[in-house]
Amino acid sequence: MGTKSFVFTGSGGQGVITAAIVLGEAAALHEGLNAVQTQVYGPEARGGATRADLIISTDPIRYPKVINPHVLVCLTQESYNKFAPIIRPGGLLIADASFVSTVRKADARQVVLPMYETVKEKIGKTIVFNICMLGCVLSLTGIVSREAVVKAVTSRMAEAHLDMNLRALNLGMELAQAAGTGVISAPRQTVSS
Amino acid sequence: MSGTLRFIQGNEAVVEGALYAGLGFYAGYPITPSTEIAELLAERLPKRGGTYIQMEDEIASLCSIIGASLTGRKVMTATSGPGFSLMQEAIGYAVMAEVPCVVVNVQRSGPSTGLPTAVAQGDVMQARWGTHGDHAIIALTASNLQDVFSMTIEAFNMAETYRTPVILLLDEVVGHMREKVVIPGEGIPVVERLVTSVPEGIDYHPYLAREDGRLPMSDFGGVHRYNVTGLVHDMWGFPSNDPTVAYNLLRHLVDKIEKRSHEIVRCQEHQLDDADILLISYGSSARSALHMVEKGRDSGIRIGLLELNTLWPFPYEIVRRAAEKTELVLVVEMNMGQIYQEVKKAVRTDRVYLVNRFDGVFISHTDIEKVLNVVMGRGV
Repeated sequence: MGTKSFVFTGSGGQGVITAAIVLGEAAALHEGLNAVQTQVYGPEARGGATRADLIISTDPIRYPKVINPHVLVCLTQESYNKFAPIIRPGGLLIADASFVSTVRKADARQVVLPMYETVKEKIGKTIVFNICMLGCVLSLTGIVSREAVVKAVTSRMAEAHLDMNLRALNLGMELAQAAGTGVISAPRQTVSS
Repeated sequence: MSGTLRFIQGNEAVVEGALYAGLGFYAGYPITPSTEIAELLAERLPKRGGTYIQMEDEIASLCSIIGASLTGRKVMTATSGPGFSLMQEAIGYAVMAEVPCVVVNVQRSGPSTGLPTAVAQGDVMQARWGTHGDHAIIALTASNLQDVFSMTIEAFNMAETYRTPVILLLDEVVGHMREKVVIPGEGIPVVERLVTSVPEGIDYHPYLAREDGRLPMSDFGGVHRYNVTGLVHDMWGFPSNDPTVAYNLLRHLVDKIEKRSHEIVRCQEHQLDDADILLISYGSSARSALHMVEKGRDSGIRIGLLELNTLWPFPYEIVRRAAEKTELVLVVEMNMGQIYQEVKKAVRTDRVYLVNRFDGVFISHTDIEKVLNVVMGRGV
């Protein structure tokens, strides 16, 4: 199976769309894979439910949305309640410990991590919450290399904030390592033509 | 194709295509889901010596690019449904005065302000008939971002070639979706403005066609004085009530596009050679249709897709020929049947069905499969 799908959900302003773009760019530009990223969002600038879809594949991607994700990330209780039922059986559900209590019995592995609290405590700026989350996703899935994500973060973020973002990425990877790795495997990598 | 590999959204692919084609002037009023086009051009166009103006509304935006185009610039504006409605009067003016310009409409759900962030393809007929009076128009679309880039360049090329507004009719999914795009450094043909060879001091007739039907332009405010009007006009550009002048002008405005439709029509065939079932789609819907084709082929169904990149002038002949070889035609679109009605005009079979959504939700291969099961007698 050469296709893995991700859905990142949360509240507008938490950066779930940015996280999906960074991971998509890492796969598409630095790993020679195909990636398609889309989103659903409300008319508000902040607040409101936000959902970002990402498909990473060795094959061409036609339908650009995700129906049942291999990996679902929920950063608010609202998004957890709404999207937990769509996860693919046997998938991976990552939630934030401060905002989400995992009341449902999902047919998936649920990993609840104190991403927000850790970022607040160790970095002090919660704006990099999303990149910490991306570190968790990276560590738990191994979907792309860390170097690819670092390159994507570097190209996307302002230089003044780069150090903070890379620290958040490392924090997330460390957090997730305590929870275990290798839940799903990366698509087979091919040389892009 | 050599060039720079990028991971960008459709709106940025429009910007890249426009800059490649030589965009020199952009005026617009930002609106979801087209805003990124304005945002990116505000930054990039002035750096290349071009002009970016944020106007007070969409009426002024289109009027502004018409003026700039007449002075010799390649021009564009971008909007969505509500703004596109406001632009209709000036689109008619650009049709009548034969002013090259590119109007991007990244469609969202309507009517009125509708669902601002949700996808739709409900402006297909507005692109064709939104402005009043008999006229012809060119409208292009694309389903993937490499094609968005190249169709944007085509839009500029056709605007210059046929001296007409060209509508680039995208949708929210294509506009906001990110995927790989190769931005080539060179190699794609770009049509430059056909400028008159009439020297200063000699009378220039702005609406006197050459033998090949084309009308060379002279930069307005330059060496020639001439009139531009939305009224029926003679070869000097001055208003006329002469029925012969009126007849010839309208005939010219329609024929210059309808009789060249073989040059303008762009379609892509996917697995049509042995297909019993023909899907016809365009824009982001065509991605779901193509997904359905690949899925159907995996389970032994002989199904293919005709993807339309030119919506207007409508490719009646290509649709007719594709449908003649198949038993069943399904039109896949996100409106209540705007292209479906054109397909029914084109084909002789009654077995034409519509697969659609108009609730702001992106149409999926599952939506197509459900209708397919019903029409094939397999039930729901």
